[in-house]
Amino acid sequence: MDHFLVSDNLIEATYLVATVLFILSLMWLSKPATARRGVFAGETGMLLAIAGTLLHHGIVEYKWIAIALVLGTIIGVPLGEVAMTAVPQRTALSHAFGALCVTLVGTAEFYLRAPAVPRFVMGVLAMEVILGSLTFTGSLMAAGKLQEVLPQRPITFKGQNFVNLGLLGVAVVIAVMLVAHPEKIYLFPAIVAIPLIFGVLMIIPIGGADMPTVISLLNSYAGLSAAAMGFVLNSKLLIIAGALDGASGLILSVNMSKAMNRSFSNVLFGAFGQEQAGAAGAGAQEAKPVRSATAEEAAAILALASRVVIVPGYGMAVAQAQHKVRELYDALTKRGVDVKFGIHPVAGRMPGHMNVLLAEADIPYDKLLDMDEINGDLPQTDVALVIGANDVTNPAARTDPTSPIYGMPILDVDKARTVMVIKRSMAAGFAGIENPLYYLNNTLMLFGDAKQFVGSIVRELAGADGH
Amino acid sequence: MQMDLLTSLYVFMLAAFIGFEVIRRVSPLLHTPLMSLTNALDAIAVVGAIILTGEYHATHPLLAKILGTIAIVAATSNIVGGFLITDRMLKMFKPSGPKK
Repeated sequence: MDHFLVSDNLIEATYLVATVLFILSLMWLSKPATARRGVFAGETGMLLAIAGTLLHHGIVEYKWIAIALVLGTIIGVPLGEVAMTAVPQRTALSHAFGALCVTLVGTAEFYLRAPAVPRFVMGVLAMEVILGSLTFTGSLMAAGKLQEVLPQRPITFKGQNFVNLGLLGVAVVIAVMLVAHPEKIYLFPAIVAIPLIFGVLMIIPIGGADMPTVISLLNSYAGLSAAAMGFVLNSKLLIIAGALDGASGLILSVNMSKAMNRSFSNVLFGAFGQEQAGAAGAGAQEAKPVRSATAEEAAAILALASRVVIVPGYGMAVAQAQHKVRELYDALTKRGVDVKFGIHPVAGRMPGHMNVLLAEADIPYDKLLDMDEINGDLPQTDVALVIGANDVTNPAARTDPTSPIYGMPILDVDKARTVMVIKRSMAAGFAGIENPLYYLNNTLMLFGDAKQFVGSIVRELAGADGH
Repeated sequence: MQMDLLTSLYVFMLAAFIGFEVIRRVSPLLHTPLMSLTNALDAIAVVGAIILTGEYHATHPLLAKILGTIAIVAATSNIVGGFLITDRMLKMFKPSGPKK
């Protein structure tokens, strides 16, 4: 008995140290200079907690634990080595795995404890399982859409929100019945199955551009379900890790919804479907003249500039143009041009995605500025070069109250002396909204593939140096 | 039991506040690594799965073993993959060189 007590204290001590390391890990992550130390702290905490758990005296068999740890590692390593463009779907997949773990443990705990489950425990257990299952299928769907194995177009049908909320409501009612009568074991599968269906239905109406918000929200759900599991197992470490993850996801979701000018309740109820407005006005604008330019002309203007701001969007990543953009950055910097990047919070497919893609292309992170930082600089900028971004540069968001994106914070590229937009054609952006930026007097359209066009500009700049 | 739950609620509440304060300070530059790191930390749920799988259960022993084993696999892949990719991403973030 004595031996067990010592061992228990030791386990608790590893959990306590792990908790401290987890919080330090997130503190150190706040800036690039200390961030890698944060990862190290997290890893150390994790190893300690797992080692401590393996000492648990209640564990009688290690065979399956060992097999599962090895299998998990074998699956985890390739998931840690995906390309940077695939990070959003990898992240969605990891939310699914986290939620799967929580749901399975919750399910097993229920059947092991039933019928004598105390009310409060049954309540958090139900929350754990409901959040876990809907996050599991929801994240799988999100990953599928991001990986493009599922159609990316939003699929909507009449009464969608009614059906979805109705389903969730039924699950909650059954959960409440279980809290009142935990001996009704036959009810339990329903609070797993219904949220599994809800998770699928929740993501069906969501299109690619809304993914940053959705991933953040699923992140938050995954964290909260893990915290609920901590309540069930009475594990303070798990409660804290879940609360940290939940808080992180919530902050990111709020950031993303603000950046898209959606109310947070709009996001919470999964009403991400695109409004069909705006598309109607598109036909009338076709006759307007636009000014276009060649790579040679663009290079000449860039070479004469002293301040350039590049605004990348998801289109840049799709065209795999980031390495060409880096060559352009080098060429201009060598000429003494001050080049910065203006990054909108929802650029890319998840929060911060654009920064990772540009950092991978070796662009120094102190040149990557977020919207609030760069907007003050844009009026003093000679050239704003927009690559693969559309709606986040649309001045209608500032000026046209009838625009569907009115009120959305944008990058004020139209305030730069010259705006250059690299674009395949005049087709409207993801949201189907006309962009008046393209018709401004100070705007030059550079028609073509982002990667090729930037490459041509770089060659022109190099050619000019040769003469 | 009630006391435990009450303590748990306090712990959750305090951790949520710490979470908000700490994570608010994370630069938007690093929001992608932030998500992959919190995801790896969240996989500490593996602790619960390990105990579930390894303990002796008088009832539903097979169910506990199967679900527990799958849960460990899922969580471990998040731990390994999450830390690996976070570190890979962070390695890429470099400041402007002294050349300039």
